[in-house]
Amino acid sequence: MSDIRNTAPDGEKYEPHVSATSTDAIGLAAGGSAGPLPGEDKSYSQGQLVARRFFRHKAALGSMIVLGLIIVVAFTSIGIGPIPGWWPKGYTLQYDKIGDGAPTWAYPFGQDTGGKDYFALVMRGTQFSLIIAFSVGIISTIVGTLIGAVAGFYRGWLEAILMRLTDVFIVIPLLVVAAVLGKTASGWGIWGLALVLGLVTWTSLARLVRGEVLSLRERDFVLAAQAVGTSPWRIITRHVLPNSVGVIIVSATLAIASAILLETSLSYLGFGVQAPDTSLGTLIDEYQAAFATRPWLFWWPGMLILTIALCVNFIGDGLRDAFDPRQNRNKD
Amino acid sequence: MTTLDISVPGPVSAAGDAVLSFEDLSVTFKTEFGDVHAVKGIDLEVRPGEVVALVGESGSGKSVTSMTALGLLPRNARIGGTIRVGDKVVGGLDGRGLRNMRGNDVAMVFQEPMTALNPVLTIGDQLTEGLQLHGIAYGKQAIARAAELLTMVGIPEPERRLKQYPHELSGGQRQRVVIAMAIACDPKVIIADEPTTALDVTVQADILDLLRSLKDKLNTGILLITHNMGVVADMADRVAVMLKGDLVETGTADQVLNHPRHEYTKRLLAAVPHLGAGPGQFGDVAPVVAAPEDLPALDLGNLVIEYHRVGKPTFRAVDDVSLSVAQGEIVGLVGESGSGKSTIAKCALGLIPAASGSVSILGTDFNKMRGKELKAMRRRIGVVFQDPASSLNPRLPIGDVIAEPLVVHKEGDERSRRRRVLELLDAVELPRSVYNRYPHELSGGQRQRVSIARALTLDPELLVADEPTSALDVSVQANVLKMFTALQERYKFACLFVSHDLAVIDLLAHRVVVLQNGRIVEQGPREDVLHHPREEYTQRLIAAAPVPEPLEQRRRREARHALLNKLGDDIAELHIEDDYERPQPKRDEVGNPSGLAGYGGDGGN
Repeated sequence: MSDIRNTAPDGEKYEPHVSATSTDAIGLAAGGSAGPLPGEDKSYSQGQLVARRFFRHKAALGSMIVLGLIIVVAFTSIGIGPIPGWWPKGYTLQYDKIGDGAPTWAYPFGQDTGGKDYFALVMRGTQFSLIIAFSVGIISTIVGTLIGAVAGFYRGWLEAILMRLTDVFIVIPLLVVAAVLGKTASGWGIWGLALVLGLVTWTSLARLVRGEVLSLRERDFVLAAQAVGTSPWRIITRHVLPNSVGVIIVSATLAIASAILLETSLSYLGFGVQAPDTSLGTLIDEYQAAFATRPWLFWWPGMLILTIALCVNFIGDGLRDAFDPRQNRNKD
Repeated sequence: MTTLDISVPGPVSAAGDAVLSFEDLSVTFKTEFGDVHAVKGIDLEVRPGEVVALVGESGSGKSVTSMTALGLLPRNARIGGTIRVGDKVVGGLDGRGLRNMRGNDVAMVFQEPMTALNPVLTIGDQLTEGLQLHGIAYGKQAIARAAELLTMVGIPEPERRLKQYPHELSGGQRQRVVIAMAIACDPKVIIADEPTTALDVTVQADILDLLRSLKDKLNTGILLITHNMGVVADMADRVAVMLKGDLVETGTADQVLNHPRHEYTKRLLAAVPHLGAGPGQFGDVAPVVAAPEDLPALDLGNLVIEYHRVGKPTFRAVDDVSLSVAQGEIVGLVGESGSGKSTIAKCALGLIPAASGSVSILGTDFNKMRGKELKAMRRRIGVVFQDPASSLNPRLPIGDVIAEPLVVHKEGDERSRRRRVLELLDAVELPRSVYNRYPHELSGGQRQRVSIARALTLDPELLVADEPTSALDVSVQANVLKMFTALQERYKFACLFVSHDLAVIDLLAHRVVVLQNGRIVEQGPREDVLHHPREEYTQRLIAAAPVPEPLEQRRRREARHALLNKLGDDIAELHIEDDYERPQPKRDEVGNPSGLAGYGGDGGN
């Protein structure tokens, strides 16, 4: 889409921002323009443009703040490992029960049946759920990206093997594998569980990345890199993957949201995080019988699961819109 | 037709009865970056039997102007002024009125016939649809009429074609079908938006012949939108030149093309490469310096390239091609689409393996090299691709793009690389400030300069350029070609220059190789091949390339028709039987065509 301004007789005058002001009918019909705003002379990389668009997405930004708050409170309140937190009560100690244990100023989330401080317990569960969710997100993204990129770039027998492997993982019911392996792995603590879940949830990302790489490898800049003698590994890491980073980040976010739910389901079924450790799912499982008499024992972890999953999904939406502005022009 | 006087543009009717007129037309698009003024108050009219060419480069607003006549702009457009099609004012029509008008009064011929036709419907379905909607004919009658239309546009065996799908037809035939659809309801005016841009040059000449006979025989007005000055010279009675949404000049073809008054028109015309004018149009091309005993930069010997397709027989894209490029020599590789010219370029780069034959770069066979040797050889070849939008990695700033080959071959340190990049930016006439810019911030011409700079980073002995200027506007192309010749003179690289544009090859190449269907038809020095072609195919190719001068183009057109007659081919024209009846849409009592009655009057659009 070259601009008419570049037809000045003394060679093409350097003018950035052509894409934003070009009067091409198709570009305008599509509505989305990746160019920087006119009147600003700063140079923006693709990443900076994405960040600008992301911060304009109100729901995503709000979710980011809420999620950030939850993370900060979960980790600072009761501390982690040897580091103590600012919350005076512990999650293992039993206290005298006030009434039936309903939320009070001293126990904002109430107390459980045995008199434990439920706030401390829920924070502990949130910590573990978040750690598992983010680890799963990161592990599955790395595995999925690698498999997808290698399969898409090299094609041939390597692709055939990797994609059939992916198919095998897809056809096995996820919950069953996760339950069987998770039960074994939770012997190694939450990290074992996170690893196992990460190793069974990479399939959708691998397919997405492969598709993306298949189209990118036909682009001229990849051919140009090959013609110069660039090694395949450098082409993948420098030319192909940076251009599929949108797909990868968005689906990594969504993988985190589904990991939270998967961990919750597993823990609820008793295959996930095992006592004495706890997670949001384990809490719900433990106190499900108390739902009628002490509803706060269900609602606090339940609401937190909902909030975290919703926040992560909104952030994913925001990222998708930021990476591909052409998809979200329904607001006009 | 026998006189060469073109200052009077044929039988022109009085000014009052224009079939299409724009009065003070302005179009503004609302975008997230504020309002964009695409068309800024233009006046233009098209009379019956007249071709008005609307000329301009990309972004000048010419397509937007034409779309207003059909009421087909996106919702974020605001239209001012009056558009009249026949006696109807487009702005005053509701959805039903617009549908009634489209096809009946004004029809459109699009640029890309493959996307303009629906791939899942047969040709017959698509042709009869318009006839039935506008109540001209139904059922068997409509099919007979569709067959008649195909005969008119020169498609043989119309009955069989009606049952075929668009992909079963060639590009030229598809465009003929699109034209048949356009004339199905006998519109008063046809808008042809770059009708030949996607077609090969010989097919283009046929389609233009067809359009010309259409306006002569049916007295239809044609608004021809194009960026190709050769097409303008070939077709237009009157020309309107558009620049940034304004009409800067209007007049007869002779006035505008031979005596341009506006600065922009002059510049535009000066930028058009002229087939037959030879080198020196945009800077001199250095003579070849290599002594005959020097090794050729590129030598292809009996090259065969095949594509293996699953479930289908192997496709032989290149068949027994032998050519060589001497050091410091520019060899133009010419051919129509599907001739295998890009395949040969990719093979010379080592991106596609040869099925048999040899590819030698400076005396070493490419196919026998592996690993390090191959990598070392690759640094001696540079490449420039056609599409500036996809040939640069959007995630890398320009400085990194140009320095990338140095990094890959582990050459120099940070500082020397930076120095080399700045030197190359100067060489391709880009400001040094683009060093930190990203490709999306640059225009097409600037990106192509970056591509060329990247190709030259390692000082290659051979440059493979695959249609490097065909995605660019003509004045940008002129600048890039000028720079290219200057660079070639300075760096003395050999070049395999692939192009479909004979005029570009004519001003650049030392030698020319003409390809057809994967085989070499003719090769030799530029003057011999382009000015005195021996082979029939080359003669056709050259005869079909239009030049931007109406008188000369008319001479060339008549010479081409003489050549076709000699070769025993038909000249494309509209075939109209003596008893041809102009279709009359059946009207119900309110005056609406009955075919549209089923489409409620809600006007929603």
